[in-house]
Amino acid sequence: MTVLLSRPRPSVETARPAKRKIPAHWFYLAPALILLITFTYVPVGNMVWYSFHKWDGLSPAMDPVGWDNYVRVFTDERYWRVFLISLYYFVASFAQIAIALYFAVILSFSTRFRNLFKGILFFPYLLNGVAVGFVFLYLFQPGGTLDSVLRIVGLGDQARLWLGDPDVANISLAATSVWRFTGLSFVLFLGAIQSIPGEIYEAADLDGANRWHQFRYIIAPGIRRIISLSFILAISGSLAVFEIPFIMTGGANGTRTFVIQAYETAFQFRQIGLASAMAVVLLLLVLLITWIQRRLIPDDEVSLS
Amino acid sequence: MTRFFKYASLVGASIVVLVPLVVVLFAAFKTHAEYSTTGPLTPPRDWFNFDNFATAWSKGHMLRGFWNTTVILAISLTGTVFVGTLAAYAISRFSFALKRLVLGLFLVAALVPGVTTQVATYQIVKSMGLVNTSWAAIVLFLGTDIVSIYIFIQFMSSIPKSLDEAAVIDGANRFTVYRKVILPLMRPAIATVVIIKGIAIYNEFYIPFLYLRSPELNVISTALFRFKGPYGAQWETIAACTMIVIIPTVVIFLLLQRFIYNGVTAGATK
Repeated sequence: MTVLLSRPRPSVETARPAKRKIPAHWFYLAPALILLITFTYVPVGNMVWYSFHKWDGLSPAMDPVGWDNYVRVFTDERYWRVFLISLYYFVASFAQIAIALYFAVILSFSTRFRNLFKGILFFPYLLNGVAVGFVFLYLFQPGGTLDSVLRIVGLGDQARLWLGDPDVANISLAATSVWRFTGLSFVLFLGAIQSIPGEIYEAADLDGANRWHQFRYIIAPGIRRIISLSFILAISGSLAVFEIPFIMTGGANGTRTFVIQAYETAFQFRQIGLASAMAVVLLLLVLLITWIQRRLIPDDEVSLS
Repeated sequence: MTRFFKYASLVGASIVVLVPLVVVLFAAFKTHAEYSTTGPLTPPRDWFNFDNFATAWSKGHMLRGFWNTTVILAISLTGTVFVGTLAAYAISRFSFALKRLVLGLFLVAALVPGVTTQVATYQIVKSMGLVNTSWAAIVLFLGTDIVSIYIFIQFMSSIPKSLDEAAVIDGANRFTVYRKVILPLMRPAIATVVIIKGIAIYNEFYIPFLYLRSPELNVISTALFRFKGPYGAQWETIAACTMIVIIPTVVIFLLLQRFIYNGVTAGATK
């Protein structure tokens, strides 16, 4: 509107109706959209195309193979088994949400050294993934921190190859991931709890509500959305686990995740078609889960300006 | 009783968070002989033994790593602020039919697991001839994302439109309004986005690992990762290098807590 006001309106229509001007807002959006399309949407499109071909990523020839790559992802044990590894991380993410919720609730009430505890709990989330990997390689190594602590508390005989034994390696890695990401869930929950107006608690106090009532009837409904969002992130996050196992074990000892398998298929064995099929399957799963979540918990406050 | 349990659990959690880091700090100050004879929970004898840090710094070419990281950070953060604020300006201040579609494109893109699409993104970056140059990382970090756009839009909607209109009456065109009126007022939002994205880029491992294969291009993540093979037996060096990577994060966190909490919560609750 303001543009129209400021400019003198042309009194006669210009004689070039074919050459329509591109509206100004597209110029402002262009850099963002060009980058988004070039590096996200075009790759996703290409990926679908590659997934129906056998291709090494180098030769100009791509052999169309129909659904073969997808059939292989679902029938060859080496490919579908890695999906099961996600279950370790998925279960761990429940622990993560529970721990985060507990600390968010107790820190939302007045506590000494509140900011200090908040900072300590949140801080691991900011650390470099490679550094976290090394810190926990050091912790889990034979005779390392974990074994020493166990010896001190008299559980020395429980020591084992935390990362070498296929029975426990995934649990160790999932625990590392809980250590790393609990802080994020915690701060999100805390933020949601604190956005509940304080008067509600005061009113509840007057009505004789105890702490449990406050949690049950004020806090829990107030943070329902963020908790459901956390579960979605947990599911898609556990399907796409990569950094921690890749850095710590490189996928050895039965810790290969779906994304590590896709990475090796693409960049070590040069089977771009097969790796693309894996990526498409993962993408569809994540989109499906998100769609289900949107169905179950409708967005009541869509706040697009 | 409940008070006791509350503080006990908080202290317990703090120990679980801090002990794994503190023992690595211990190891970083130990000599090789001391490391092999003492347990991981024993503090170092000499807290001023910086030999391991010196070794890690020079053997790991950490100066180069920090320099490469800084260059990538500077260029991609500057770029992403302009790309993001321009896009937010269009969405917040213009009305057009496809606005919801544009926002939807950014929203869906946030759901795409980036690690897996790299299979195909790699082919595009390769066709541009950017593989094994810092530009590969820069162009991938340059784009904006739904979180930054939301932070910018939210902040922009708190700037009264009458300011825009006043500037237009004074003869400014829409771009001048963006540059002279909106952008200077956006400073707090820009700071939040820069800090959140800056930490993410500093910590990014997969993109530099995939695209910056040559050792000259190492960023700090990949420089640290290179210690994994050849230094397997020298934990005191690895520990020192790990600390070199962690310390900047500690400093940034202590200085900029408020912005970091704001950015993180703004990101996920939308």
